[in-house]
Amino acid sequence: MARITPLLWLLFSAGGTVAAFLFPIHLLLTGLAFPLGWLDPPRYDYVQRLVAHPVTRLYLLVLISLPLFHWAHRFRYTLYDGLQLKHLTALIAVLCYGAALVGTAAAAYLLWSIA
Amino acid sequence: MSAEPHYTLYHPRWYRHRVSVWWWLKKGSYALFVLRELTSVFVAFVAVVYLWQLRAIGQGPEAYGQFLARMKTPPFLLLNAITFLLVLFHAITWLNLTPAAMVVRLRGKRVPDWAILAGNYAAWLVLSAAVAFVLLRG
Repeated sequence: MARITPLLWLLFSAGGTVAAFLFPIHLLLTGLAFPLGWLDPPRYDYVQRLVAHPVTRLYLLVLISLPLFHWAHRFRYTLYDGLQLKHLTALIAVLCYGAALVGTAAAAYLLWSIA
Repeated sequence: MSAEPHYTLYHPRWYRHRVSVWWWLKKGSYALFVLRELTSVFVAFVAVVYLWQLRAIGQGPEAYGQFLARMKTPPFLLLNAITFLLVLFHAITWLNLTPAAMVVRLRGKRVPDWAILAGNYAAWLVLSAAVAFVLLRG
């Protein structure tokens, strides 16, 4: 564990930066502006072509994966400090980083299989 | 360096002050700290929404339409509104910390905090505009 700690902090900080710069606008559009009818959502043909582009795929992999690792790291320490679950250290770490890995694998698979 | 500390038998237990699980509710700044840490849950939620949308796009126009319709339901609108506020809170606290985390030197002089902040907020604006431009073109 001690050997990969610097890597986990790096993923935490990279994911936090990606989420800070890009999540507010993505959620404002996808989660509020489109559903509430303030703006028109992109048509299917357009998003399909967009997602099929290699640059967009790479972007989406970064956009989904890094913030998941950011969550894993921060949530892990929130559980330790907030709920004082120090005795469950290993289990919490496995569950948090494991979930981030599963999410990353799911994103990679979906992006790979989109024609 | 490998000398093990020498413990006597019946070593007394360390005195440790018991802290309540609710310590973070005792002071506004503690509560804000925990709220900031909990923004990570909402960050993860956005990532999951994007995974879901990606799956819908892969499945075809009907699934994509269903995804858009599902986002219009009141529970998701409420959740999205709360998530937006907390993701915004994450973004602002994150960007405001960068001058402390990142010391940039130009020609031997430290770049002042306000310049790093201004650069970050400008980058945020440009990136948001770029994302909006791409998504609103379709």
